[in-house]
Amino acid sequence: MIQIESVTKRYPDGTTAVDDLSLDIPDGSITVLVGPSGCGKTTTLRMVNRMVEPTSGRILLDGSDITEQPVNALRRSMGYVIQNAGLFQHRTIVDNIATVPRMLGWDRRKARERARELMGRVGLDEALAKRYPYQLSGGQQQRVGVARALAADPPVLLMDEPFSAVDPIVRKSLQAELLRIQQELGKTIVFVTHDIDEAIRIGDMIAVMRTGGRLAQFAPPQELLSSPADEFVEDFLGTDRGIRRLSFFTSDGLALERGPVVAVDAGAEQVARATAAGAPYLLLTDADGKPLGWVAPQDAAGGADKVAVGSLLPYGRPFAAGRESLRDALDCAVLSPTGWAVAVDEQGAVAGVVSQEAIGAAIRSAHAGQREDGPAVPVRTTKAEVAT
Amino acid sequence: MSGPGFFDIPSDLQNSYLGLVGLHVEEALIPVAIGLAVALPLGQLCVRFSWLYPPVLWITTVLYAIPSLAFFIFLIDYTGATRTTVMIPLTVYSLVLLVPAFVDGVRSVPQETLSAAKAMGFGPVQRYLKVQLPIAVPAIIAGLRVAVASSISLVSIGALIGNQGALGNLLQDAILYHRSNLALNSVLTTAVLAVLLDIALVLLRMALTPWMPRSGRAARRAARDAAVEPAGRAALEDASV
Ligand SMILES: Nc1ncnc2c1ncn2[C@@H]1O[C@H](COP(=O)(O)OP(=O)(O)O)[C@@H](O)[C@H]1O
Ligand SMILES: [Mg+2]
Repeated sequence: MIQIESVTKRYPDGTTAVDDLSLDIPDGSITVLVGPSGCGKTTTLRMVNRMVEPTSGRILLDGSDITEQPVNALRRSMGYVIQNAGLFQHRTIVDNIATVPRMLGWDRRKARERARELMGRVGLDEALAKRYPYQLSGGQQQRVGVARALAADPPVLLMDEPFSAVDPIVRKSLQAELLRIQQELGKTIVFVTHDIDEAIRIGDMIAVMRTGGRLAQFAPPQELLSSPADEFVEDFLGTDRGIRRLSFFTSDGLALERGPVVAVDAGAEQVARATAAGAPYLLLTDADGKPLGWVAPQDAAGGADKVAVGSLLPYGRPFAAGRESLRDALDCAVLSPTGWAVAVDEQGAVAGVVSQEAIGAAIRSAHAGQREDGPAVPVRTTKAEVAT
Repeated sequence: MSGPGFFDIPSDLQNSYLGLVGLHVEEALIPVAIGLAVALPLGQLCVRFSWLYPPVLWITTVLYAIPSLAFFIFLIDYTGATRTTVMIPLTVYSLVLLVPAFVDGVRSVPQETLSAAKAMGFGPVQRYLKVQLPIAVPAIIAGLRVAVASSISLVSIGALIGNQGALGNLLQDAILYHRSNLALNSVLTTAVLAVLLDIALVLLRMALTPWMPRSGRAARRAARDAAVEPAGRAALEDASV
């Protein structure tokens, strides 16, 4: 555990970057420091590995003051990842990653072996091992940065806006990768970002900081979304926090209907039975149960096998039943031309369909459930799902 | 009947053609080597204490502006009509070229690279030797190329102080013996030397910096390869929330 105790940092020019900050950073999880630019996030992070020394207050690592051990030993026990990766441009990828193990006295072969293993772990092709940083894309370089930080298996990982400089698509995949790695390794991660969406996506705990280096709120993401401490936090969260909060409710409880689902070879009789289920449209599936598209009941009355597949209404993006959140389910329903969302199982076969009204009911009962027993849905599961 | 050949050196120079070439290279390169040996620590001081750089730059620029002939006349009272008298100003000129080359090279190391090194537990000495110096190599060699070329051409002026100009002495003998081919020889050999040494430095840089984008074509190929992100794609398919 990293304990930040009433830490203040005033720079020589008089700027108070961090003001009386206290924070208990739990082991084995991701704590995000988030806030507007210049609110002291980087300064806070850099005080943890003593790149910056506090003006007052102290920081404890597993109960002892971080100033008690030699500074370079402390730094080697903490991986550090920064924006633009900060790779050594004059070293190959494998040697970049092997840097800290080499400094710790590993022999070259063992260090390189370890580096190659890590390349796999962060999703880098081993063929890149002998390349130089200039030969890699920004996203790949960032992966190398993560691998390099993990190389000596440090218990703590400090990450300062590591994904801010890559495009949004690559950023999403890097975030997913980080969650997957964290699932396997269970590091104590302190992650700095100015992007509240990123904070919510990856944080187990989120510390919102405000300009002047003060803590505005420290809470798990769903609590932040449901009960922001003050107007500043509320503004910072943005206008759609209600919708975003749905990310933390699973779609388990949705009542999926199988009635309106018919196979493409269904005869007139089966179609009549499906029509009787009362849904405004029927969902046609192929022989494997995969969705094909929606059709109005009257157009399929002669049997599903008579319907031209080309004339079907698109089914849009289906959601993974139980594994994706209520937010995904709602998004699917809103985007569907029929207003109904299609749920699929792990094989991609249709598990059932659900209307916007049914999703609305599930949202209301999820909120009611949370009011009764506090944050009921374990965040970990939701996050892990994202990455698997 | 034919006169003395192109490579026949008058006996007053007491050297064969190749001997003169060797002498010329020596007189040119020793000052560059000394200049480099002084520029590295001096440059590092300028990086470390940035207030030092402007005055150092100012002084070296003023020294650079002094014509070599003036230097010779001044030094001849102390070091006589010797090679040393030729090499001292050349050392100063090299130093003047190499200090800013080094400082610019070290300053070109991105701040985040230095931060990363520091965060990984590199002390100041390791940061200098393992990060700053290697990354400054291209800039240092660029400086060396200018220093070597100017040194090679300036050695010839040493001919003015008692035949200390190696290949430059041929110019004087060309007048003395009415042999224009000696002048041609001097100019051509000096030029060829400068070109060969420059090529050697470029090869040295390429050997020391495999990490630099080689050519336009190599860089384009690298960029194209980098655009394909095999593993990233797969992860992306699953990224949603
Ligand atoms: N070395 C420094 N000297 C003086 N002021 C600094 C220094 N580093 C940061 N600051 C100031 O401290 C404040 C917090 O900076 P920083 O921790 O980098 O914020 P963030 O990472 O949240 O953007 C800013 O006002 C910044 O200008
Ligand atoms: Mg910052």
